[in-house]
Amino acid sequence: MSTIDKNAVRHVALLSRLSLDDKELDLYSGQLASILAYISKLNELDTKDVQPTSHAIDSLKNVFRRDIKKASLPVADVLANAPSKESDFFKVPQVIEGK
Amino acid sequence: MRYETVIGLEVHLQLDTQTKAFCGCANRFGSSPNSQTCPVCLGFPGSLPVLNEKAFLHAIKVALALGCKIQDLIKFDRKNYYYPDLPKNYQISQYDMPLSYDGRIDIKVDGKDKLIRIKRVHMEEDAGKLVHPEGASHSLVDYNRAGTPLLEIVTEPDLSSPEEAYEYLTKLKSILGYLKVSDCDMEKGSLRCDANISIRPAGEKTLGTKVEVKNMNSFKNVRQALEHEEKRQAEAVEDKVKIVQETRLWDPDRGVTVSMRSKEEAQDYRYFPEPDLVPFVVDKRVIEDIRSALPELPEARRARFMDEFALPEYDASVLTADIDTAEYFEESARVSGKAKIVANWIMGDMAAMSNARNIGIRELGLSAGSLASIIKMIDSGAISGKIAKEVLNDAIETKKDPEEIVRLKGLTQISDGGQIETAVAAVLAKNEKSVKDYKDGKKNALTFLVGQVMKETKGKANPALVNEILKKKLGE
Amino acid sequence: MDNLYSQTARALKEAMANDGLDPRKILDQLFNRIAAVDSRIKAFVLVNKNAAQVKTGGALSGIPVVVKDNICVKGEDTTCASKILKGFKPPNDATVVRKLKEAGAVLMGKANMDEFAFGSSCETSCYGPTHNPWDLERIPGGSSGGSAAAVAGDEAIMALGSDTGGSIRQPASLCGVVGLKPTYGRVSRYGLIAFASSLDQIGPITKDVTDSAILLGAIAGHDEMDSTSVDIPVPDYTKALVNDVKGLRIGVPKEYFIKGIDRDVQESVKRAIEIYKDLGAVVVDISLPHTEYAVSAYYIIGPAEASSNLARFDGVQYGLRAEDAKDLIDMYIKTRSKGFGNEAKRRILLGTYCLSSGYYDAYYLKAQKVRTRIKEDFEKAFKACDCIATPTTPTPAFKIGEKANDPLSMYLSDIFTIPANLAGLPGISIPCGFSSGNLPIGLQIIAKPFAEETIFRAAYTFEQNTDFHKKRPAL
Repeated sequence: MSTIDKNAVRHVALLSRLSLDDKELDLYSGQLASILAYISKLNELDTKDVQPTSHAIDSLKNVFRRDIKKASLPVADVLANAPSKESDFFKVPQVIEGK
Repeated sequence: MRYETVIGLEVHLQLDTQTKAFCGCANRFGSSPNSQTCPVCLGFPGSLPVLNEKAFLHAIKVALALGCKIQDLIKFDRKNYYYPDLPKNYQISQYDMPLSYDGRIDIKVDGKDKLIRIKRVHMEEDAGKLVHPEGASHSLVDYNRAGTPLLEIVTEPDLSSPEEAYEYLTKLKSILGYLKVSDCDMEKGSLRCDANISIRPAGEKTLGTKVEVKNMNSFKNVRQALEHEEKRQAEAVEDKVKIVQETRLWDPDRGVTVSMRSKEEAQDYRYFPEPDLVPFVVDKRVIEDIRSALPELPEARRARFMDEFALPEYDASVLTADIDTAEYFEESARVSGKAKIVANWIMGDMAAMSNARNIGIRELGLSAGSLASIIKMIDSGAISGKIAKEVLNDAIETKKDPEEIVRLKGLTQISDGGQIETAVAAVLAKNEKSVKDYKDGKKNALTFLVGQVMKETKGKANPALVNEILKKKLGE
Repeated sequence: MDNLYSQTARALKEAMANDGLDPRKILDQLFNRIAAVDSRIKAFVLVNKNAAQVKTGGALSGIPVVVKDNICVKGEDTTCASKILKGFKPPNDATVVRKLKEAGAVLMGKANMDEFAFGSSCETSCYGPTHNPWDLERIPGGSSGGSAAAVAGDEAIMALGSDTGGSIRQPASLCGVVGLKPTYGRVSRYGLIAFASSLDQIGPITKDVTDSAILLGAIAGHDEMDSTSVDIPVPDYTKALVNDVKGLRIGVPKEYFIKGIDRDVQESVKRAIEIYKDLGAVVVDISLPHTEYAVSAYYIIGPAEASSNLARFDGVQYGLRAEDAKDLIDMYIKTRSKGFGNEAKRRILLGTYCLSSGYYDAYYLKAQKVRTRIKEDFEKAFKACDCIATPTTPTPAFKIGEKANDPLSMYLSDIFTIPANLAGLPGISIPCGFSSGNLPIGLQIIAKPFAEETIFRAAYTFEQNTDFHKKRPAL
């Protein structure tokens, strides 16, 4: 485990689609560093042959749905919360990429 | 310098189910925008996925048909990235414990067999669609496609030419067609293919820098794009230009690949186990049940056709490439009892007609019984081979019964000596020069005269009889 | 019956059945009570004056229920106390809300919470903090602070909270009410806006153990919309309300009585254990050796899952969208930077970091392995005991603002509640005493998976033999 510097926080902020001003960057870098320092306690444990747990209840397996149609939402409900729409589409600012 | 090409393919296949992968919305193409959506496939806050059993079974079926091993413990993972066609900004996919792995497809290129290893076949969900109105500074999002069950079929980098890639795709599509799990329609996007391609000096062990090529809408496109990319990379190496690892889009109009510049930072998908879905363990017995219920696949059917119907290998390969053709052939061959003749009709006139219409052989709408009755009429001498083509065409156009067409249009072959003699007499009278030519030893004048008699009888005369009578008359 | 608002659901049900009490009177009194005290407590983010009973004859017929603001109620603002979800009206009810409506409950409002349930103090809400009814300068706990404060302040009869690392039990403890986190999978999460999917569970916050059993009975059960909901029958939990712990083996883990824990808390809990002994329970010393690693594992797993769960809040389909974005990525960044509060950002950053390339094995995978160890600790312990008794929190309620700038010390206030979430176990907090400053103290009882009945038996017996749950704050 390592500690986190401002560059790492900046990178993680971009991955998370968050922008941080200098003050926030200072604040979070410091706080995250101290949280990670606390978390590094886990290194005391040897977990080499331990299986990871993603689900606490291991008996849960093979949960399926039958392939049977259910009513979709009325389009009006789909778009009712939309900040911006055009006809029956959600409207978003243009995607700037070499597409 | 000589180069060798290394290609790996990733195929995305939409599975043909009633409903989407994780919700009960219809899995249907072409509905009005956002009309096939619900909180789950829209990724609304609080919604949760539940796996479609049918999609899962389809996936297992494909994996087994491709000779894959099924993972002991199957789990789903989240692939995190931001894009507006991805409602949750993560895609439910599979990362380190995919559904299946280690399969194979055998292809034949230039008469040589080659094994292409399948690295993995895994399940994931499709994204929605972005529409970019011409000239607008915004985009529109339709989530109907979001959540459609997808299979990703990934090869090892075993393909060494664009032609092999083409053959692999053709073979894959053929197998998928037999399994009836997808309509495999590239134009509708139910089958999509991305390619990774690199080159290296012949004999070199280490791989060159790979380039990902996208946006190919047909197998031919894939072949063309890879041919172009192969050339582009070789030229770059010759010119000492560094090949960059990147994604390039195929531009079919210009016939070139174009770099897809992205503002995005290097991708970091932050995969982790999807906590909203539980693990899946498929019982060994269930796997064996599915395996034993697999349909006969193209290769087995080809061998059987050669054996059972005494077809040449070429015919058997052509007829088994596509499940509908294979089934149609088999049915027609059984009804008519004339396998080779049926094969000729299907591979000849019928293939031409279905290609011209861009539809499958079944969609021509000619029943196996109708095809058999056409063949029977030729056999019995009721119609000539030439007329038969006309009857076939009519039967397909009008959906009428071939025998009825023959009757209504009076196409029955003239085998009555008297009628033919009359026609022969008329032709001989009009073609004195040819008669003379024939008598002077120009034997091919006979062919011309036969043609004239056929014309006179509107093609209905029995050609053998015409020949016989003509020869007799000319000999007099 | 006077002061209908301070009654339990059980008492009100009896009054409706036997004395013809009009359920509208209960609602009216509650609305009056809210009008009188909520300006000081600020437990509610939405009071539904038009709330009405849609079904009669159910287990909660005519009983008003408050739900935490991260539980979807069809057509009503459901915001997780976040600016980014302001105005979001879900198209459907959460499964628990549907079940409540079917049981005849009246959905009377939404309770305040820490933004997206990120917090232990209810201070990170975009609506401002909720105040502890026992001391208005103190926090009510969190993240289900609004739910606990509403019940403690007699503004609600019963409430639903959600618990990811203690978010039901910790505020219940600090507000002197009963809060139960059911076994993971016992209650459907469909319609609960996810914080950490593998840890979240909805549960009841009530004035006593009987109401807890009634409310759990109404919301528990298999749901085909939630793959992680378990398909086992729901027992009649009220049958487990037996005033008898004779022979019940109660484990007391030494790792929960450490330095740093408040003296009043420690004494109250020890006294509670003595009471159990006197009532005939068998008290067993046990060890849960990996307890000290639970907070670390939790603050990897929770934020990691949250960073992914919260990715969908991007301004495309619902909620806030920042104006004047020059392109799509700019819109994402502006919307999220403006819409999320500090704690949400902190957890998103932390979780993203723990999952990012090169760090996954060291953080996320490691945490999941430690999670296995913690689970094994409990499995081993439950060979020697039927349930485990611990303090719910290391201290009574702290002052508003006291830990606001020290996230780590805030995180440590969940130290005793987190292990049950990591192991998926049911746990309850019941009132077991008061500090010298007259602040409530809670006793936590944890049991094996799906052994909620054991919890109810132990908690009910304690309640029948003590008066702590009857005390009410002076407001």
